[in-house]
Amino acid sequence: MALITESIKRCIGTSLPPFRFEVNRNDIRKYAVATGQRSSRYLEGDEAPLLFLFSAMMPVLPLDQLLDDGHKPDDALLPELPLKRIMAGGSEFDVHRRIYAGDVLFCRQTIIDIYEKQGAQGPLIFLIFENRFETEAGEAVVTERLTRIAR
Amino acid sequence: MPRHTTVEIGEQLPRRAYTPGTVQLFLYNAAIWNAHRIHYDLPYAQQTEGHPGLLVDGPLQGDWLTQLVYDWMDDGDELVGFSYSNRRAAYLGDTLTASGEVSAQENGRLTLILQLTNQSGEVTTQGIATVLLG
Repeated sequence: MALITESIKRCIGTSLPPFRFEVNRNDIRKYAVATGQRSSRYLEGDEAPLLFLFSAMMPVLPLDQLLDDGHKPDDALLPELPLKRIMAGGSEFDVHRRIYAGDVLFCRQTIIDIYEKQGAQGPLIFLIFENRFETEAGEAVVTERLTRIAR
Repeated sequence: MPRHTTVEIGEQLPRRAYTPGTVQLFLYNAAIWNAHRIHYDLPYAQQTEGHPGLLVDGPLQGDWLTQLVYDWMDDGDELVGFSYSNRRAAYLGDTLTASGEVSAQENGRLTLILQLTNQSGEVTTQGIATVLLG
């Protein structure tokens, strides 16, 4: 049974406007302590570990916009799907250069693929997002391909 | 400990065990600004979402795999590629051991296969890293 309709397929290639964020030394230090880092370059906040970028993707929303489970609402790129439970499916990163305190980065998120597979417990829809982290001058810093799975 | 030696295929990275507690999960979710209650509200996690305990975040497990690589790399080495995927849930109270080995080397680029296993030997997260030797 085809779950992915033409209107869902048309979402492939859709982007959100890029958002800007500053890589802050104190935020890196907090992240490094919370994750149990041992390396002084992260603990002192000189440089951010790769997965620090996950924190940049979390929007800072007013409390009344959070859902009952504490989650943020689904982002605007996620199409209406026939399968409603969305799970994390992992990430793949190309690292073009290190991330430093003081960096001002721009992230553009694009949905680059949607496909379905038959899982052991039923059909699954895979959604692949590309997150391009760049400097204001357009220098690539990190490219992430994030998989989310609907079941 | 950084490697400081030539690299052999099959070389094991030094393992590291993580046993996250409530305070660490709280600090991590505060640091990434994640308010999902499955990570700090035990009655909600159990009664509403049907989990046996508080969940250890998937991206935190991904971070631990990068730490395995960062701690092993020499100063001039660069992590140029990394991927991870969460394979099964991990819960507060689990001990998660990060391990990895060198699986390939070509033109100064190493491929490392990484995994995080729980105390029952089940893989919770798998990863692959590419390191450019300095």
